[in-house]
Amino acid sequence: MREEWECTVSDAYVPSRPTTEGRVYNLSGGDWEQVLGTDPIAEERLVLNMGPQHPSTHGVLRLVLELEGETVTDARVVVGYLHTGIEKNTEFRTWTQGVTFLTRADYLSPFFNETAYCMGVERLLGVEVPSRAQLIRVLMMEINRLSSHWVWLATGGMELGALTAMTNGFRAREKCLDVFEMITGLRMNHAYIRPGGVAQDLPDGYDEKIRDWLREMYQELTGVNKLLTGQTVWVNRLKDVGWIGVEGCLALGVTGPILRAAGLPWDLRKTEPYLGYETFDFEVPTDDRGDCWSRFVVRVAEMYESLKIVAQVLDRLEPGPTMIDDPKIAWPAKLAMGPDGMGNSLEHVQKIMNTSMESLIHHFKLVTEGFRVPPGQVYQTVESPRGELGAHVVSDGGTRPYRVHFREPSFINLQATATMSIGGMIADVIASVASIDPVMGGCDR
Amino acid sequence: MGLEEKLPDGVLLASVEKLVNWTRKSSLWPATFGLACCAIEMMTFGAPRYDSARFGMEVFRASPRQADLMIVAGRVSQKMAPVLRQIYDQMPEPRWVLAMGVCASSGGMFNNYAIVQGVDHVVPVDMYLPGCPPRPEMLIDAILKLHHKIMNEPLGPKRAKRLADQKVELVPSSVKYAR
Amino acid sequence: MGGPTERPVPDDSTPEQSAAHIERATVSQGPNDSPFGVERHGMFGVAGSGDTSGFGGLVREPQPEPDAERPYGGFFDEIFDNLTAAYPQTAQGVSKVVVYRDEMTLHVRREHLIGIVKTLRNDPSLRFELCSSVSGVDYYNPNDAATNRLHAVYHLTSMTYRWRVRLEVAVSVDDPHVPSVTRLYPTADWQEREAWDMFGIIFDGHPALTRVLMPDDWDGHPQRKDYPLGGIPVQYKGATIPPPDERRAYK
Repeated sequence: MREEWECTVSDAYVPSRPTTEGRVYNLSGGDWEQVLGTDPIAEERLVLNMGPQHPSTHGVLRLVLELEGETVTDARVVVGYLHTGIEKNTEFRTWTQGVTFLTRADYLSPFFNETAYCMGVERLLGVEVPSRAQLIRVLMMEINRLSSHWVWLATGGMELGALTAMTNGFRAREKCLDVFEMITGLRMNHAYIRPGGVAQDLPDGYDEKIRDWLREMYQELTGVNKLLTGQTVWVNRLKDVGWIGVEGCLALGVTGPILRAAGLPWDLRKTEPYLGYETFDFEVPTDDRGDCWSRFVVRVAEMYESLKIVAQVLDRLEPGPTMIDDPKIAWPAKLAMGPDGMGNSLEHVQKIMNTSMESLIHHFKLVTEGFRVPPGQVYQTVESPRGELGAHVVSDGGTRPYRVHFREPSFINLQATATMSIGGMIADVIASVASIDPVMGGCDR
Repeated sequence: MGLEEKLPDGVLLASVEKLVNWTRKSSLWPATFGLACCAIEMMTFGAPRYDSARFGMEVFRASPRQADLMIVAGRVSQKMAPVLRQIYDQMPEPRWVLAMGVCASSGGMFNNYAIVQGVDHVVPVDMYLPGCPPRPEMLIDAILKLHHKIMNEPLGPKRAKRLADQKVELVPSSVKYAR
Repeated sequence: MGGPTERPVPDDSTPEQSAAHIERATVSQGPNDSPFGVERHGMFGVAGSGDTSGFGGLVREPQPEPDAERPYGGFFDEIFDNLTAAYPQTAQGVSKVVVYRDEMTLHVRREHLIGIVKTLRNDPSLRFELCSSVSGVDYYNPNDAATNRLHAVYHLTSMTYRWRVRLEVAVSVDDPHVPSVTRLYPTADWQEREAWDMFGIIFDGHPALTRVLMPDDWDGHPQRKDYPLGGIPVQYKGATIPPPDERRAYK
């Protein structure tokens, strides 16, 4: 009688002899499956590494997928390939210099990084910025929301194969960057919003420029609707792909368009208004499906809402100061264009060099040492295009931050990748990651 | 570099050299190595306004095996450095590296534990492009200078002789490759 | 020692210092209240030592925040009362309550962390559904090695009641164990990994506590205060500028 583990293959292929210990089989390489009777294909796991350098993983994101055929049975996300130590760097720079570092964390929405940090610093200082500065901040943030969503649309389209979405998206984004360049001087990573207000006032002609821009944006959005929204391939790529419900979102801490696409209208601009958002008239778009298609719909709707807010800001802007009045905090000089480029305005230079020694000392100390912030900690949140961006700012009373931590929505939202991908196909993993819209600079900081 | 090292010297080679260099520079296919903010500016370089297709570079090859030019766009962290080297090794010769942005050229503003202070610690660089991030026009300028450098690349035994001489004049590339 | 000390009269010899101090009063604070400790005066120069070279490095003086007194103001009382009602050991679990700039911080002992977090999440009168952020802070005081310098900071948000609260757990470097809240809030998964990676806080019960931002074989915990910034000296036009943490700095 054969034991359960004994070979059932005929002895012609596997020479064997009986011994006192039982039957002994002589096996040579390659026939183990014949002996055991197991199916090698079903037992094999295929582990696919979509490495950090990949055209479709939205930056330096590494996905380790376990596949069975085309279906994903497990997905692991490896991040950290862009870790820059931004948070530790800010501990060795003044409070104002910290802005230039933090603006490069989430490089597609730099104004949000700057605003979250500056509002945290201002709360610690216990000061309030002038209303014109607040309106300018809202203006820049909403234009930034649009440019960030354009990049999402462009890269998402490219990853799914819609290359025209990429060219259109970047073309539309260029128009947003033109506005940024006119106001701040830079296309990206502006360091425009500083603790105390904004770096400099809006230039002449901004109103006309932004109103032209508004018109162009409406045209571009109409183009998107014509190109993508009704198109069958796009819809089929995104519908019923990468689903996550509200409970899953809350458990994983996912906020932003993903949570709103799952059905919960949680938008920090409405629930915890800051910078005067409660006075603006705009909606919070939601959808109830919770899949990639919902997120597409929600983000496009958000772009329309941002345009509404920009128009309202333009109507509301009144002349006034853009930096706080307090001489201990405010940046001492007005910047202006001179013969050798951008620098301190001529009046200011004449004042500090010719008239007042104290002004010179004051300017010198404020720029090199920086202002002091009373000790304590705050957690300031803004609604960035990706979700709840929180700045945990800790001060020990000095001129340098003691600790700045950014609660980055990209870092937290990426934890939902596994939930969205498992059970789907590889192509759906790409669509899910694209719909999460992670920015690896923000994720890794 | 490449096959032409084996070719014999001669008058014929001079025009072949120019021809080969011209074909190389006219269709430099970049490998996608966008990391951070500079990657976005690199993508806008491929976008309609600052068209890269007019230089023959609209095809951003995802596979390094099919690429000529690796534009290292963005900050290279310690975790990413071995990946960078692996991608560079996978590129077949002739290959060039353009360090885009100050973070790739020298570590940039991030002088700390997490960032490699210049990708020339990891791969040999042919063109450094400062800026944080460099405007797409600056990137075009760097690529045109790289084109000029490629055009003047000697082939064959002349190249071997030049390398053997190993005397490098420190002339700024804005002067050396200016038109 | 922890309360605000008497503020010395500002030095009127330099014009900038005769201007009003920047601190403004908020809902719960008076102008002299600095929960973190002593206000520092003067923008430049040293105090307490004769070393004016600046090569001593950046001087940090973290000091413990003072306990706030009831009533806390706003909805903080409601949170605390509901917590005490729902979790009977609140008095032992919470060692200190700090209210500053319209934010409440509960300093929690690590043995009671899970109990308090569970209560905050589940109790119908509290309902903190969303864990916004889990991070670490290193309050390194070189003069006082006995303090628990590593703080794990949890920010919880109640979407139902629109409240926010902060929990802080302090551990020492020799025994950096904190129970993990991943079973309660799965969002803490990667964030606790980041706190481990950057500070060395070990979260007991975490499913896979590995490095997330640094390479897997990295030594050390970079965001601790005694870990150097790293960085190399930079040559520029004949001068050599040291990395930021080695430059001359006073405060």
